[in-house]
Amino acid sequence: MTEVVATSQTIVVVGGGISGMTAALEAAECGRQVLLIEKTPALGGRTALLYRYFPKLCHPTCGLEINLRRLKSSRNLRVLTMAEVTKITGARGDYSVSLKLSPRYVNENCTACGACSEAVEAAIDNPYNYGLSKMKAAYLPHAMAYPQRYVLDPSIVGTPEGEKAKAACKYGAIDLGMKQETLEIKAGAVIWATGWQPYDAAKIQPYGYDRYPNVITSLEFERLADPHGPTGGKITRPSDGREAKDIAFIQCAGSRDENHLRHCSRICCMASLKQTQYVREAYGEEGKSTVYYIDIRAIDRFEDFYRKVLADKTVRFVKSKPARIAEDRKTLDPVIHGVDTEGYHRYASRHDLVVLAVGMEPAVKGADIPHEIVADSSGFIESAASGGFFGAGCASNALDVNRSVQSATASALRAIQVVRKSDRVEA
Amino acid sequence: MGAMNEQALAKYTNNFLREVEERVEEGEWVKMCMQCGVCAGSCPFGPDWEHSPQKIFMMIRAGKRDEVLSSDSMWMCTSCYNCVVRCPRELPITQIMHGLATYAQRLGLAPKMNPTRKFSLLFWDNCTRTGRVNELKLALGLYFMDGLVAGIKKAWAMRNTGLGLLMAGRLNPFEILKGHECKDKAGIQRMLKKAYEIEEKRRGFAK
Ligand SMILES: Cc1cc2nc3c(=O)[nH]c(=O)nc-3n(C[C@H](O)[C@H](O)[C@H](O)COP(=O)(O)OP(=O)(O)OC[C@H]3O[C@@H](n4cnc5c(N)ncnc54)[C@H](O)[C@@H]3O)c2cc1C
Ligand code: SF4
Ligand code: SF4
Ligand code: SF4
Ligand code: SF4
Repeated sequence: MTEVVATSQTIVVVGGGISGMTAALEAAECGRQVLLIEKTPALGGRTALLYRYFPKLCHPTCGLEINLRRLKSSRNLRVLTMAEVTKITGARGDYSVSLKLSPRYVNENCTACGACSEAVEAAIDNPYNYGLSKMKAAYLPHAMAYPQRYVLDPSIVGTPEGEKAKAACKYGAIDLGMKQETLEIKAGAVIWATGWQPYDAAKIQPYGYDRYPNVITSLEFERLADPHGPTGGKITRPSDGREAKDIAFIQCAGSRDENHLRHCSRICCMASLKQTQYVREAYGEEGKSTVYYIDIRAIDRFEDFYRKVLADKTVRFVKSKPARIAEDRKTLDPVIHGVDTEGYHRYASRHDLVVLAVGMEPAVKGADIPHEIVADSSGFIESAASGGFFGAGCASNALDVNRSVQSATASALRAIQVVRKSDRVEA
Repeated sequence: MGAMNEQALAKYTNNFLREVEERVEEGEWVKMCMQCGVCAGSCPFGPDWEHSPQKIFMMIRAGKRDEVLSSDSMWMCTSCYNCVVRCPRELPITQIMHGLATYAQRLGLAPKMNPTRKFSLLFWDNCTRTGRVNELKLALGLYFMDGLVAGIKKAWAMRNTGLGLLMAGRLNPFEILKGHECKDKAGIQRMLKKAYEIEEKRRGFAK
């Protein structure tokens, strides 16, 4: 059984992305007891799946590494992975939180030697590459995963494959008898940092994401550019594996649209500007990026980055929200149709690959949180009537990493104020 | 246009957007357009007309009153609603296009020779007279719209279609004499008169 000590002075943080980690660390480093709950087998969230960060084009692993070091040296922070909140009752200063823990089938003895993965043959879709590649059913989520502990996919437990994995482990780390557990804990405040999910691109019917192989999302493009991704960092076309040198980026794919997401997702302009530089990095002067946009929203100091990309001759900007995408039947080249707002010229432009800059929506829509909360019209968390419940990072708004971290720090401060009050009540 | 209407319009001098907002059906939506281009790119008319909805909306904001009201683009709209279902701002584009056409017609600024305008007038006159559409008179009126010779040519070209309709019982040759009518023809006319009155008051038109 998993033992967790938690009292009404404990702060529970739900979601172990950059925001949840930040909120948990800030509170723990202020001497507060913190429990960090992550649904997947590893911390890091979406940022672990980005190739580089705008605006400095540094690698996300760098920031993640610093946080993990802080986390390992903190005595006040306890992490539970593969854990989900099923219910929250009570009010500010006195919550009861119900948790569901899924079995990992691998215990603390794991040294991440990888022998189990080599022994197993069964493969599953790799969620870390958005299903663009397969991985073994005994796996380490990604190179930076914390905890550095393997996972067995439930599909092989109770099969000869599961036994193969167990036989390969020299450290007695594989426990095929692990069961799902439920836990009931106390908490004074709850920080909700469950982050975001991409808007379902298939719902934007005229763009044909579900019909054309060479129309992909911006998240998939991050994986294509990443050396740890499905193509080993080569930017190629899903239909034929050919190098994709002429790439179109379509902005506001699902955002700023009453038929889809009402809000501006705020980060996608910068994400596409950044991704044009992946094309340049891969193909130099031979690469060609075309950005179709309504208006470019590079806020504050990001303006400098925008100016830099504007000066790049390999990048062309077309002020137009495309009306639709068609496909050349023979070559499977996507052809973008629309009218250019600067001059009202009609165009039909062929490209090797189209990247949809999909919008962000809250991963757990306001309505799905097992507690009464106040959310805006897009489902981002604003507050809760019970008073001790705070949104952080992309769960509260469409934010970049820098602003997510600021929002998380603010939520940690608010949570500390709550548990300090309950200190005094009990003293 | 009467002097009263001239007067009513004076307050909109140099503010065509406001004029459209107050006097054109669904005109208050025009300011919501963000010039994204989706409607223009979605319209099946594509390159075949001069002013796409996107362009018309920008021209309204730019105060290009004469160009907008005398444009034949609004008359070409086929009401396919492609633009409406895709507009990210949910503008009732089709309705605005028809609203502009109606408004231009009222002010006497609509393009005189536009065939859709002529057809619209013919149709409206035909169906409000008796409360029922007289297909035969409508078709003949349409053919002879451009004169006797052109009409005979068109009628001849369409003779097989006409015959087909006749055989299928869809066209009654005796309609040319009287035609079928509504039971309460006068009632229909009274209703339309009232509707005009209400509309005119709401849109600030003087009689
Ligand atoms: C294409 C693209 C490129 C981007 N590039 C950049 C960039 O270059 N620079 C930049 O600053 N930003 C970038 N961003 C934005 C960046 O991804 C976000 O700012 C960041 O991921 C926000 O972190 P977060 O912790 O709030 O959310 P997330 O990263 O989504 O983390 C949420 C965590 O919560 C967990 N979780 C979800 N639901 C539950 C639950 N019910 N219970 C427990 N745990 C749960 C998830 O598993 C996840 O680990 C980009 C975004 C996109 C779409
Ligand atoms: S479970 Fe065992 S075999 Fe697999 S990585 Fe861990 S220690 Fe190695
Ligand atoms: S950030 Fe840019 S691409 Fe994203 S929704 Fe806003 S305007 Fe559109
Ligand atoms: S689609 Fe809507 S918002 Fe876009 S240009 Fe047309 S009317 Fe304006
Ligand atoms: S409804 Fe009219 S304006 Fe709209 S797309 Fe169809 S023809 Fe064009």
